[in-house]
Amino acid sequence: MNPVPLIALVGNPNAGKSALFNALTGARQKVGNYPGVTVERHAGRMALPDGRPVELLDLPGAYSLDPSSPDEAVTRDVLIGKQEGERLPDAIIVVVDASNLDNHLRFTLQLIALGLPIVVALNMIDLAERDGLKLDYLALEGELGVPVVPTVAVRKRGLDQLRERLGEVVREGATRIEKGAGVQHDIVVLQRRARQIALAATVSETAGRRWTHRIDAVALHPVAGPVLLLTLLFVMFQAVFAWSEAPIGWIETLMGWLSGAVGGALPQGFIRSFLVDGLIAGVGAVVVFLPQILILFTFILVLEASGYMVRAAFLMDRLMASVGLSGRAFIPLLSSFACAVPGIMATRTISDEKERLTTILIAPLTTCSARLPVYTIVIGAVIPNASVLPGVGMQGLVLFGLYVLGVIGAFLAALLLRRTVTKGATSGFMMEMPKYQAPRLRDVALGLLQRAEIFLKRAGTTIALTVAILWVLASYPVAGPGQKQSEVSIAGHIASGIEVVVKPIGFNHDIALALLPAMAAREAAVAAIGTVYAVDDPDGDRGQDRIRSQIGARWSLPTALAFLMWFVFAPQCISTIAVTRRETNGWKWPAFMIGYLFALAYVAAGLTFWTATAMGL
Amino acid sequence: MNLATAIPLTTALARLTPLRPGTVASVDWKSLTAPEARRLRELGLDEGVEVELIKGSGILGGPVACRIGRMTVALRRHVAGAIHVSPLA
Repeated sequence: MNPVPLIALVGNPNAGKSALFNALTGARQKVGNYPGVTVERHAGRMALPDGRPVELLDLPGAYSLDPSSPDEAVTRDVLIGKQEGERLPDAIIVVVDASNLDNHLRFTLQLIALGLPIVVALNMIDLAERDGLKLDYLALEGELGVPVVPTVAVRKRGLDQLRERLGEVVREGATRIEKGAGVQHDIVVLQRRARQIALAATVSETAGRRWTHRIDAVALHPVAGPVLLLTLLFVMFQAVFAWSEAPIGWIETLMGWLSGAVGGALPQGFIRSFLVDGLIAGVGAVVVFLPQILILFTFILVLEASGYMVRAAFLMDRLMASVGLSGRAFIPLLSSFACAVPGIMATRTISDEKERLTTILIAPLTTCSARLPVYTIVIGAVIPNASVLPGVGMQGLVLFGLYVLGVIGAFLAALLLRRTVTKGATSGFMMEMPKYQAPRLRDVALGLLQRAEIFLKRAGTTIALTVAILWVLASYPVAGPGQKQSEVSIAGHIASGIEVVVKPIGFNHDIALALLPAMAAREAAVAAIGTVYAVDDPDGDRGQDRIRSQIGARWSLPTALAFLMWFVFAPQCISTIAVTRRETNGWKWPAFMIGYLFALAYVAAGLTFWTATAMGL
Repeated sequence: MNLATAIPLTTALARLTPLRPGTVASVDWKSLTAPEARRLRELGLDEGVEVELIKGSGILGGPVACRIGRMTVALRRHVAGAIHVSPLA
């Protein structure tokens, strides 16, 4: 049996391609990866009017078939049948912004020249009309020689007609084209032809409303712009803490109920202890951070969908240029505050190779949300809950300081790297600034759902497994009377080995034990410490309270501060290292990253410990 | 074609009065790197296209925002300086 027809969805960035993809496929989407590259593969199913199913493939946005970034390279390679792990599509839907025909038609012409069956979705036709642009679809169809369907993806208008025309070009039993024609490269010729066609298809044009420019007058203003950006960032980080309190409480209640139910249903013994103290306590310690991560991603998705993110990049360009980067690097770095993995993946839109590499190497220095559990617990345990100024707490101030330290570290690292290992000509900054638009709730929700899935999958697999292994290692052999479980066990012995190395910077046995599982995921450090204290003291308080009180009792202040400092710099996460390896095609750069970050972490933690001890803290 | 129209009075895009549209008279492609020139073309820049400065570079020398055709684009100052614009007739 033949596989279902594969339809590629292609278009310029900001043509509304993803909205159309969401509208056509609904929630029936699959996110994967192309082999060898970290570009995400988004695919979904839909049915043609005659009931035939087709697979719809959402390709990364591109300006042409001459790629200037890894993202655009995937788009080209799929369309010429050269992408590993992907067959040549049976047809193409080109998404074109109706109010930007001059530009988007150039890419369309290049795609038509490939020779694959094609349908043009003339998208955002409502906005074009509102801006005073009247188009003649039939004239456009005549000029291009392929079907043209006006659509409004976000309002689901024109979708039936689009499916119908697609059904006509994807005929049953039609001879499959095995190989596309060559790529037309002469951009000037294509550009001029595109302008002619756009002119021929435009019936009338009046000066439209220029509200995007009016917003930009504020958003890009030399004073008001940065103030607005800082305010937004402040609200974002504030929200991460303020809005997450209640949902975190719910999750904790749920986990407490779960461990109570499991504990009550099982007899005292190995299985119960493993499930309640090991698995539920460990995974629970991580899952409670889901709300904070989702809030952070909500902001990032909304900033991106509204078109503001590019303005933020614009405002940051001057500052980024001073350390050898460009405003474009700001977007992946901001995403890295949620998690360095999508942050590093977002660097694939940076065309300059050296700049991209630098951004990847410094991304782990921005404070990702996985550090939050560690920071919050340790700060809660050792920093007094006092007020420094009215409304400004000491704990909050320390947390803010750790974030700032990460940013300063990232900037200094970029400055140094750009003068040494990633030396090169300063890269440029050239970016399309999309029109502002209200983000679609549905698109943001879908993006959040995918992030939540990835996070929970990680908590359910990597973290659960790490915690399970650690629990077993920490529980056996069983300590005799007068002995401490965390020292007698296998894990205890491994930790004693690590302790030799980290003792000079003030780390104790518990920390040495937590460092290893933290490599699987930073949050696992909290889970690990939780597990250790649970096996040492199975009858004490539960959950975060136990961890907090134990840290307060067992760690000195200099040790706790050194531990925090370690987490600001250390490359404590295998996922980040793995994504760096994939993204840089080899072990050289991840090895370099591990080396420089560990060295930085060791020195920073050491200096903190020694200084704090000398000050008599 | 007489001399007066062959060499029109032009201003660099970076130094245009904001919100006063003009058309691209010439682009100093040689002062740009190949990738810069290519991306600039992909963003729709070409001789004869209508452009407009939206936000200038400012005293710190940051990027400029301009309209090229129907699109708003951010450029570094030296790139915007290579684009010569003649005022709309």
